[in-house]
Amino acid sequence: MPEQRLLFQKTGRAKYISHLDLMRTFQRIFVRAGVRVRHSEGFNPRPKISIALPLSLGQESVCELLDFGLVSGAALSELPERLNAVSPEGIRVLEAYDAARKVRELALLEALGTMTYDAGAPEDIAEKLRAFFSQRSLVIQKRSKRNLADVDIAPCIKRVSFEQTAPDTVLMRALVTAQNPSLNPEHLISALRQLQPALAPDFTVFRRLEVYDAAGKVFR
Amino acid sequence: MDKKMERILLRVQKPARYTGGEYGQTIKELSSVRTRFAFCFPDTYEIGMSNLGMRILYGVLNNMDGVWCERVFAPWGDMENEMRENGIPLYALESGDRVRDFDIVAFSLGYEMAYTNVLNMLDLAGLPVRSSDRGDAFPLVIAGGTSCLNAEPLAAFIDLFLLGEGEESLPELVRLYEASRGKGESRRDFLMAAAQLPGVYVPSLYEVSYNADGTVSSITARNGAPEKVRKRIVKDLDAAYFPDETIVPSTEIVHDRVVLELFRGCIRGCRFCQAGFVYRPVRRRSPENLEQHAVRSLAASGYEEITLSSLSTSDYRGLKPLCDGLLDYCGEHSVSLSLPSLRADNFSVELMERVQKVRRTGLTFAPEAGSQRLRDVINKNVREEDLLNTCAIAFAGGWNTLKLYFMLGLPTETDEDVTAIAELVNKVVHCWHEYAKNKARGLRITVSTSCFVPKPHTPFQWEAQVTGEEYMRRVALLRSVMRAKAVTYNWHDADTSFIEAVLSRGDRRIGDVLEEVWRTGGRLDAWSEYFSMERWMKAFETCGVEPGFYATRERDENETLPWSHIDVGVSPAFFRAERRAAYAETITPDCRAACMGCGALSLCPEVGCDA
Repeated sequence: MPEQRLLFQKTGRAKYISHLDLMRTFQRIFVRAGVRVRHSEGFNPRPKISIALPLSLGQESVCELLDFGLVSGAALSELPERLNAVSPEGIRVLEAYDAARKVRELALLEALGTMTYDAGAPEDIAEKLRAFFSQRSLVIQKRSKRNLADVDIAPCIKRVSFEQTAPDTVLMRALVTAQNPSLNPEHLISALRQLQPALAPDFTVFRRLEVYDAAGKVFR
Repeated sequence: MDKKMERILLRVQKPARYTGGEYGQTIKELSSVRTRFAFCFPDTYEIGMSNLGMRILYGVLNNMDGVWCERVFAPWGDMENEMRENGIPLYALESGDRVRDFDIVAFSLGYEMAYTNVLNMLDLAGLPVRSSDRGDAFPLVIAGGTSCLNAEPLAAFIDLFLLGEGEESLPELVRLYEASRGKGESRRDFLMAAAQLPGVYVPSLYEVSYNADGTVSSITARNGAPEKVRKRIVKDLDAAYFPDETIVPSTEIVHDRVVLELFRGCIRGCRFCQAGFVYRPVRRRSPENLEQHAVRSLAASGYEEITLSSLSTSDYRGLKPLCDGLLDYCGEHSVSLSLPSLRADNFSVELMERVQKVRRTGLTFAPEAGSQRLRDVINKNVREEDLLNTCAIAFAGGWNTLKLYFMLGLPTETDEDVTAIAELVNKVVHCWHEYAKNKARGLRITVSTSCFVPKPHTPFQWEAQVTGEEYMRRVALLRSVMRAKAVTYNWHDADTSFIEAVLSRGDRRIGDVLEEVWRTGGRLDAWSEYFSMERWMKAFETCGVEPGFYATRERDENETLPWSHIDVGVSPAFFRAERRAAYAETITPDCRAACMGCGALSLCPEVGCDA
């Protein structure tokens, strides 16, 4: 059975909606739009909706993907307009289409981090960050469900660049692995905090910009 | 969003409750807004957004031309600390604007343990907590809700109270406020004019004096304010606003579903139940009207669940046809229907079986007392055989989980009444052994007791609450006789009930205690992780107030009660007669069987009581 896919944005106040809450929110958006989606079988049917690569609370994204099965109620082409009319602030559907590719082919994601240094960034910050992240190995402690584990994140960072745009602001663009294993871009900041605190910003906001397949082509 | 706020939101738990932006919120163009109204719910977002009254009034106000109503909730402790440390004043969710810049700040007061939150929220907004310290430049601070029916503990902090249902009185008040502002009147002039509106209580226009023994000697209306303030009601519910198009929170709340209000008032007359008296007379929505609202609000919200709400769902005439209609729609649209507040009778189980064909929640009954004698005293007209019959049908139908609620400390309760709870529970266990269809799963019964809190405007308003020690003695007694393995016994703590008893029947002198509790750190007192009995007891001591005077003292029936100038429709004479009937262990028939002339009919003689 062909699956359908939405490309949507999650920005502004909506970035504080958790992954679980976002699933519930979309279930209700479909109902409000009068669009029927496929439900699970069984005694307690639930809408079958899945969102690729759960986004951390507080991160924005302009390239989220949601898979569902369209049953009736609207043509694919009119879906964005119909759904956007009944969505909370900050959730905006850009495209709806038949999903030709499996989510498991999604390999890389690109994120923009806006790093703020309250007391002004250290001198030559962009250069220093570049040097730091060009190390062959970056072993950090990552907290999993139960324990702390040492993980080398360097292999997950495919490309990273820095640009100082104001005395206290540095923009980071990072291309990291999205699956097997995935790397949350926030861990680049963890690496600074753990390994070179002098370069760590006081606060960083992230925005997911794009997702790619293993060949580096935009994934849809 | 403010940079400071952005950082804070990532440090606190569940930040989505502090951001607004949900589907269905009302945003208005400021140039078209004359009056900004901050609707404050003195508890967390999850609790406040679950309140139907708030959703109704939000819609009613935002339907008014030139009025913009926004929502404000109490921040959880972590967020409050962040706000105070970073100098962020209390703000409204829709616009993010400071509450102190609003015209009207309104609190919805449903339960007494939220009172300290009112003071805390005023302070977080940057407003002096006492009315007398707020000059004309500050917003008007008002309150409404059930616990305002004895508003005296908050009299020093709130400029005016709206008594009863606010759908009609609140818009009238807002228009009066706008007219008064247009004329450039002082706050005092406005309050005097507002006191002339039916249902408006302006505490500063009433003088309270006390006897040497601490009881109230007189309550005198000044400046032309009415001697008695009568609560307001909506006479025609079918014609009343229903929030079909409402806010759908983007984060989970307590009651995350469509709530369909069947009727207001109750025909039962349980003598301990404040809601059962203060929401009289009975007025209902018609089944056709309800079906329409159900379909519209499910479609408009996208919710996957709808619950029927009232004080006693089984008493809704037309429940069966309504459920039939709703079930058709629900089945077709994968929506589940839930039916709380059912009575323990056969019809209920039949209904539950039909409604919960698949997902089966446990059954919950509230016999309230263990012995028939005590159930007669409180006029809880559930007979043991009704309960056991119902259980038999339910067990035969496959239910194996049961929750039973009781109160300890009811008037005239003896140790025999307490141990009768265990006997009743044992009979239920036997009933399961006899009738259960599927014994393999085993039976699970949860018994809960709470300490009875006498409430104003009930036949038990004169009664003494048992002391905390006595309550705990009865808990221990019940524990010692409740031996069945299938039974889990939970008891609520006595401390909160004691404070609730003080607040619910308090007078103006309790205001000082509230302020002291809040100043010494009290807030979110309805939450066990924040409630501190030591803090309350210390505040009573500091203020020279003896809490037992309010909680554990029996009042003389001739005493002037602090709420005697508040008229809820039901007459004091009726309450006295009901109290005598309680002591005579005589039951009073429900309002449908026979009208006992409680007095509430006088609130709507033209449409009558729809019992």
